[in-house]
Amino acid sequence: MASVPALKPTNTLVHQLGQTVVEMTVAVGDLALFGAQVVRLILTGLPRRGVMTQTFYEIGVRSIPVVGVTGLFIGMVLAIQAYDQFHFLHMETKLGAAINASLVRELGPTLAAVMLAGRVGSAMAAELGTMRVTEQIDALKALGANPIQYLVVPRFLACFLLIPLLTAIADAIGILGGWMIGSQVLGIDSFYWWLHSKEFIAIYDVQCGLTKSFFFGGAIALVSCYQGFHCGAGAEGVGQASTRSFVWSFIAILVLDFFLGVFQSGLYYVLWPDPVSLF
Amino acid sequence: MSIDFSHFDLSAAAFGEPVIELRGVSRVFGTQTVLRDISLTVQRGETLAVIGESGCGKSVMLKIMMKMLEPSHGDVDWFGKALRQRSERDIHRDRLKFGYLFQSAALFDSMTVFENVAFGLRHNTGMSDSQITQIVHERLRDVGLPQSASDKKPAELSGGMKKRVGLARALALNPEIVLYDEPTTGLDPIMTDIINELILRTCERQPVTSIVVTHEMSTVRKVADRVVMLYPLSRLQPDEPQIVFVGTAAEAFSSSDPRVSQFVHGQARERLQELAAA
Repeated sequence: MASVPALKPTNTLVHQLGQTVVEMTVAVGDLALFGAQVVRLILTGLPRRGVMTQTFYEIGVRSIPVVGVTGLFIGMVLAIQAYDQFHFLHMETKLGAAINASLVRELGPTLAAVMLAGRVGSAMAAELGTMRVTEQIDALKALGANPIQYLVVPRFLACFLLIPLLTAIADAIGILGGWMIGSQVLGIDSFYWWLHSKEFIAIYDVQCGLTKSFFFGGAIALVSCYQGFHCGAGAEGVGQASTRSFVWSFIAILVLDFFLGVFQSGLYYVLWPDPVSLF
Repeated sequence: MSIDFSHFDLSAAAFGEPVIELRGVSRVFGTQTVLRDISLTVQRGETLAVIGESGCGKSVMLKIMMKMLEPSHGDVDWFGKALRQRSERDIHRDRLKFGYLFQSAALFDSMTVFENVAFGLRHNTGMSDSQITQIVHERLRDVGLPQSASDKKPAELSGGMKKRVGLARALALNPEIVLYDEPTTGLDPIMTDIINELILRTCERQPVTSIVVTHEMSTVRKVADRVVMLYPLSRLQPDEPQIVFVGTAAEAFSSSDPRVSQFVHGQARERLQELAAA
């Protein structure tokens, strides 16, 4: 990790702000170098199949319940909360289109990624941090293994490849949850629910949501593994690494969501200058 | 800063060629200097004990020797060639000639004892599962552990057993050089003697160079051909060398240097007054 140049100690707000900016710039640079190293190692060779399978199972299969519950409740809550507005406009049958569009484009990918930053990211940071403070990462080096290749590459690939799949599961369960409340509790006709959804949601919307989740998955893995690798000493250091991993993953998800959203919207109007309107 | 080592016999002529050499190595963490201008040669076949108070930089020096930490200044040579001039591949190949027993054993807690010992073999050799199984069982037997221990997780082992598994793992690849970081710290006297005996047996079984970082004077007496003592920089003047003693174990015990005799005989002396003053 690059060292932060020592600034003259002072308590003025400007100096503290400057020190924070310098530290953040160094951290972002370190993270970029860390990411470049991970990509280089992916290109030069993957760890053994057993290591990959175990990591994919831990990150992918064991996250299904969490993303399922997240998706289900997002869909159900959206249906309950948006119903009154749509009812006021006598457009209840289009509620499904609005819910499903929100889910596949925005809420599904973002909230699933936030849940996974908590479940997977914090666990990765804590696990790698514990390995660091108990010298297990040094032991890997001593035994001729590259710790980044052995520990980070499988986690990065699992998050990058499986978080989009988990997002698709969250989207699907969320859509079913919204429909269940809309049709079974609020009495909206299922035929029109699905008809308007089909008219309003294009394959591009699904692609946009899933494309975002590739970036979210990569960001969660890099931020969390980086925090684990650079964690401070003792239980306190591991706890801080875990907390920082969630906070920085969350921020990375929001920032990426904004810029990818801007890019995807711009691209949409380039590809389809006359978009379909909900109203 | 240049340090005069002329009063020390660093050549250790009774042993083979240099396998590890530190040349003017310093290491700084943040604003704290832990090692300052250390020059030291480890000869093939010798068992070198590195002693000194807690925090004087012994473990840091061992990690720099193994290239697990980079020196802030100075150079490290392996087998007569500077690491700075070597490729990553070259360093990786030579690193497999080293075995490292960690202070805490550093066993992979998600793996069983068997998997821990097999790790280096699986990762670095193309051996079949049956060959690996045979070697792992041999190594576990060498350190006095039964085959039944091989399915246990590190959390189920006692401190002494963890150290022995760590030693079996360090020896699995038949290293030429074994580095022991406080191998007996936290163990009872009997287990300490068992570990000392295992270090000796390892040296007898195969031609191995050993570097043992320890506080335990029974270990020094039993295993060391040569002793190096480091002193904490906070207690030294800026122009004093950090290595305050190089010699045999017997010379260490009869040393007239108060810093050395105080440590090897375990006498706090003026430190008790410092404690009272604090």
